Amino acid sequence: MSRGARRVVATLLCGAALASGAPRDAHAESKPVRVASKAFTESVLLAELVTQLERAAGVPAEHRVGLGGTRLVWNALLSGSVDVYPEYTGTLVDEILSAEAPPPRPVTRAWIGQVLARHGVAMTEPLGFNNTYAIGLKSARAGELGVKKLSDLKSHPELRFGLSSEFLSRRDGWPGLRERYGLPQTDVRGLDHDLAYRALETGSIDATDVYSTDAEIPRYGLRPLLDDLQFFQRYDAILLYRLDLGSHIGDVGLRALQRLEGRIDAAHMAAMNAHAKLDRVPEAVVASAFLREAFGVRAGTVQHSATREMLARIGEHLLLVVSSLLAAIAIAIPIGVFAARRPRTGEVVLAVVGVVQTIPTLALLVFMIPLFGIGGRPAVVALFLYSLLPIVRNTHAGLRGIPTPLLESAQALGLPARAMLRLVELPLASPLILAGIKSAAVINVGTATLGALIGAGGLGQPIFTGIRLDNLSLILQGAIPASLLALAVQGLFEIIERKVVPRGLRRAATP
Amino acid sequence: MTLGSVPILQLLSVSKRFGATASLTALNLEIETARTTVLLGPSGCGKTTALRLMLGLLKPDSGRVLFRGQPLGAEELLQARTRMGYVVQDGGLFPHLSALDNVRLMARYLAWPPQKVAERVAELAHLVRLPDSTLTRLPRDISGGQKQRVALMRALMLDPELIFLDEPLGALDPLVRAELQDDLAAIFARLGKSVVLVTHDLAEASFFGHVLVLLQEGKVVQQGSIDDLVLRPAEPFVTRFVQAQRRFDAGHAAQARP
Repeated sequence: MSRGARRVVATLLCGAALASGAPRDAHAESKPVRVASKAFTESVLLAELVTQLERAAGVPAEHRVGLGGTRLVWNALLSGSVDVYPEYTGTLVDEILSAEAPPPRPVTRAWIGQVLARHGVAMTEPLGFNNTYAIGLKSARAGELGVKKLSDLKSHPELRFGLSSEFLSRRDGWPGLRERYGLPQTDVRGLDHDLAYRALETGSIDATDVYSTDAEIPRYGLRPLLDDLQFFQRYDAILLYRLDLGSHIGDVGLRALQRLEGRIDAAHMAAMNAHAKLDRVPEAVVASAFLREAFGVRAGTVQHSATREMLARIGEHLLLVVSSLLAAIAIAIPIGVFAARRPRTGEVVLAVVGVVQTIPTLALLVFMIPLFGIGGRPAVVALFLYSLLPIVRNTHAGLRGIPTPLLESAQALGLPARAMLRLVELPLASPLILAGIKSAAVINVGTATLGALIGAGGLGQPIFTGIRLDNLSLILQGAIPASLLALAVQGLFEIIERKVVPRGLRRAATP
Repeated sequence: MTLGSVPILQLLSVSKRFGATASLTALNLEIETARTTVLLGPSGCGKTTALRLMLGLLKPDSGRVLFRGQPLGAEELLQARTRMGYVVQDGGLFPHLSALDNVRLMARYLAWPPQKVAERVAELAHLVRLPDSTLTRLPRDISGGQKQRVALMRALMLDPELIFLDEPLGALDPLVRAELQDDLAAIFARLGKSVVLVTHDLAEASFFGHVLVLLQEGKVVQQGSIDDLVLRPAEPFVTRFVQAQRRFDAGHAAQARP
């Protein structure tokens, strides 16, 4: 190793120690700031910026990547299982706040602040970009025509528009826009977004609808036009954080949050999106590059080897499945026995358990957050609830399906109810009960992937990251082990069946 | 006859109905000690229902069931059942247990010493003429006749005072049936136990029964010996029932003696 190389290594090691080790020791007893993001690239990038800035300020921080939706993250923030997350003012007003108070028009930040305060939540000043609808033209074409803002389009009726069908139909999309600006264009057609970019490239259309920070804007060299009459609702990026955060991370931590205010413009955000999404640079790396450039901050990013990462995910996944399944077995079999013993009440029990099964997974996960926060616990509870039905139903069916002569023979022997259950009924029902447990386990392996949406990790993590980044190999890194796991579970149960189900019942058993 | 005069089991004005089928109306019946009583009658006459009431598998709507003069409450019932044995039509063997484990299930539950269990099993296997090799098999691997022998062993394991058999030979082919009939009769004679047997077959009833009880639509039509039924029918129905079965037997006899 040359002297130069050695010096580089030493510097890196020091840097790593400074960035991660040392500050952590200083705050050893304090809980880390929990930063969350939603499952799309821009949100992950912003949360990553916050996480790295906090760490650089000496505040331990962790990033719960890609939680499954606005409501979910909001609830997590309210319940205190998340401290900070990036949001957009428009989303905040439309999806969360307008449900409790009619917002004034135009919405003011003061009003938002007031409503937030009632929930014990505050927001930073805007981070500097407004991620809303925009009309984009190729920069070169816009330059030729001298078009900079939307009102400039009025004097170019010959322009051809290819718009996404959603934008075409939304009242706050094309119809409203045309009315507000008095746009004269007549060649306006519906077009898939990806096709629209290609059509712009080949010159078969002149303009399309974009979000102002889309990764494709720098990639295709588009110019988003200025909304000079302020038609589109504002989606200013801000950070939401709990009001009690200051007491928990101190002024240093709060100031670190505020450093991002006004520092990210749409062009930079779009460039970061493009790097992460189109160049497939990990978000953490993109974020640290931005911090280095904008703030001169050297933030550490921890990169694990792919194998270690995968093993950790499989471990998390198994933990979710096994713990929820064990709990379900312990509860569901007694419920099934009870239901079989009391046919009337049994009907009700089965119906209730059945209803739980019909709750969409994501909705169930959202319900869990106020009760159990985010992370592994709510996921285990949700998986537990989903596992109940197959086991309860099969236990019930297995016991009810025992032929009367056998039951009466057992009763006539003088066996008390408990002994009869243990020695006769449960063994006779065991093929069905085991089949129920098996189907619960297999379903669980699949459903546990959704745990990634509430920060429970598992094999859903690479899947959802892959979906977010449109990265097939990443998706497969989660999907293939998950399918193999399901197959392994199936195989495992065939072995268990051989051990548990009495020989005399084996062939007769149909799950 | 001093012991025999005390009924081991009594149904006193017992009624039971489920919907339209097999119901009993104010049935009075006494089962004599150390005798074989056959409940006889056409399908749906209530004979199996009466049997299940005696075992406490059903609760009467009204009336009382007395075992040795005592009513069977929930607590006494378990105790009483260890003094009864029950064999159903196809044996009712638990498919998940070997023949041997079926036979000794209750004795093991009661924590009999293994030595005592083994001796009792050997004794019963000898009594019902069941080879040892059959005992280790699963019910699904045993023939119908042998299943009934195993079921009888299971019923006799705790040396009960009263044995109930619900059409125990109904599902067997004629040869096996004849052989088992002879064996059962010999066993009953040797053990001298109280037996209640349900059948719809008059020949079988007369073969086994000291006392025949003919039921029709949930009521006792006539109770007595086979001679009573044949020679001194209480009602025209008795004659009809007897003749219906006799005609069948006569046909057989005519074929057998050309």
